[in-house]
Amino acid sequence: MKFTWFNLMPWPYLPDDFREKNRSVWVDVPNTLYDPRQGHFVYHEYMDQLEYADALGFDGIGVNEHHQNGYGLMPSPNIIAAGLARRTSRAAICVIGNSIALYNPPIRVAEEFAMLDVISGGRLIAGFPVGTPMDTNFCYGQIPALTRDKYREAHELIMRAWAAEEPFAFDGKYTQLRYVNCWPKPIQKPHPPIYIPGGGSLETYDFCIDYDYNYSYLSFAGYVRGKQLMDGYWERVAKRGADASPYRGAFAQIICVGETDQEAEELYSEHVRYFFNRCLHIYPGFADPPGYRTIKTLKAGVLSQLTEDAMNKFPTLTWKDLVNDRYIIAGSPATVKDQMIEMIKGLHVGHVFCLFHNGNMPDWKTRHSSKLFAEKVMPQLRDLWPEWKDDHRWWPTPMEDRLRPETTLPGAERNR
Amino acid sequence: MKTSTITTKRGASVRVLEGGKGAPLVFLHGAGGLFPDNPFLDQLAERYHVYAPEWPGYGDSTGEELLDDMLDFALHGWDVVSALGLRTPHLVGHSMGGMIAAEMACIASNDLAKLVLVNAAGLWIPEHPIADLFALLPFEFANLLFHDPISGAALLTGGLDFSNLQAVADFYIGNAKRMGMAGKILFPIPNRGLAKRLYRLTADTAILWGKSDKLIPPVYAERFKSLIPRATLELIDAAGHMLPYEQPAKFVAAVAKFVG
Repeated sequence: MKFTWFNLMPWPYLPDDFREKNRSVWVDVPNTLYDPRQGHFVYHEYMDQLEYADALGFDGIGVNEHHQNGYGLMPSPNIIAAGLARRTSRAAICVIGNSIALYNPPIRVAEEFAMLDVISGGRLIAGFPVGTPMDTNFCYGQIPALTRDKYREAHELIMRAWAAEEPFAFDGKYTQLRYVNCWPKPIQKPHPPIYIPGGGSLETYDFCIDYDYNYSYLSFAGYVRGKQLMDGYWERVAKRGADASPYRGAFAQIICVGETDQEAEELYSEHVRYFFNRCLHIYPGFADPPGYRTIKTLKAGVLSQLTEDAMNKFPTLTWKDLVNDRYIIAGSPATVKDQMIEMIKGLHVGHVFCLFHNGNMPDWKTRHSSKLFAEKVMPQLRDLWPEWKDDHRWWPTPMEDRLRPETTLPGAERNR
Repeated sequence: MKTSTITTKRGASVRVLEGGKGAPLVFLHGAGGLFPDNPFLDQLAERYHVYAPEWPGYGDSTGEELLDDMLDFALHGWDVVSALGLRTPHLVGHSMGGMIAAEMACIASNDLAKLVLVNAAGLWIPEHPIADLFALLPFEFANLLFHDPISGAALLTGGLDFSNLQAVADFYIGNAKRMGMAGKILFPIPNRGLAKRLYRLTADTAILWGKSDKLIPPVYAERFKSLIPRATLELIDAAGHMLPYEQPAKFVAAVAKFVG
């Protein structure tokens, strides 16, 4: 099993009446709610936490891309990842990811990911999301019905740019380049492991299987509701004749660990409710613009109950609901261990993106929860897939002799 | 009106409603598509030979994958005119159909007789932003589209039985198909540069506008009039964006007065 410590980087100062006063945390959320001077401390706290997770022994540290979003302060996750690449040397740097249809030209992603892979000594996991409608269509203006086609073309350009050893001309529908010539190129060959965050589109299932990419389901609704979607994925894997390695799949899970079940509730309840109540307050008109989903996916009918129902319920959920209905995994190390096993086995996943920081959780609580997990839970979950223990296809292979800039370079002592 | 299916040279299969006798008149529908009942088409057919093709992705028309951008839509419009065997028809375009008709007239200004633009899309005035059609919730449409939102709401859903889940799902999928297609020329801003081409629109043009249009307010009618060399403007009372549906008799009378 591989565990990646993930920070969404929410804005922790949304007011108490945020839901009543605003229609959405995303797209048209008033930017007067953001205070750059407080933001200075927030970014550093969140990046410190990611570095702490590396020190605790998490396999990966993860960041993602959102725009105009009150719970995701990383329009450019690559900037955060660059900081992490300099201040850690062990954990994989998991960027889930760059919405490749949004970069003009998309060769920019090939270049920046290559830079991250080189600086980190080959530790990059490269995510290529199609992007949510909020980010892709409403914030970044991409035409919904053409988004997937543009994504497909951007993917082709990036992969060819990484593979090619001579400049080539690329005559795309959305991007035309006379001289594609990626400098620098990634350390990892033929390319860094590629993860595709998906939300149930049939096309994305097949895309991952056909290219041997990891399919990551980044849900906030927990593993009970995630099962239907992941089952659909595994059925598709079998149907297309691929092996059933659990490392083909990843799942994001909110996790809160206390010394006891009761301590978990006392410490984390208000912060988890801040997340569900304020951070997930998304205007439904932004959730599914016509054309974003293909007709094939709509006809399969797997989406509605996963998205709308769950989203509508989020604001009213109590701690008890969240725990009992398994939106979150919370409690003592023993409780968390049992539920983690249920989740991992139930979804058949080899990777978990662990969300320990929630909403407006203070630094010390985030660290407390992460440390308990790393010390008392994670070691017991390591060998859940013994038959696949040598399967490293979806994990980076860093340089053996890479630098350890956070400890060995001149000035490192002082910086720590 | 009878229904037939034609195939364009590019390969799109197009369903066309057709009826009446007289000069050929092509009606180009808007982003919502043709409703099940179109009394204004029947009334137009009392004076003209009316053709109402459905855009790809609408009704039974296919070929969505053939059209990506504004030029594709405009050329498709002319491909349909050719496939129907028409020469210099009158073009009447409503909303998105007006945007496309105006582009068609800019591209081939000698290939049409007269042009009627009805509450047409295609321009953007920063001081009067048009509501974001793609982020609206279903219950918000009637108020934006109709002078009388209550009877308008009934027209919009066409008597859909909301207790029939399959019917609702089909409606939702149909809407995703239609509006997904419309998004290619309307998203995120319904402006593909028409304003800089309208100097080429030399056909006699009537601009008809429902006075209560809350989606594309009448200030846009004025802007069209100022950009089109030979245009007249008529605002019609007690009608919103869906003028042809809301006031069919007044609409047809205004078309007849102009087209002759």
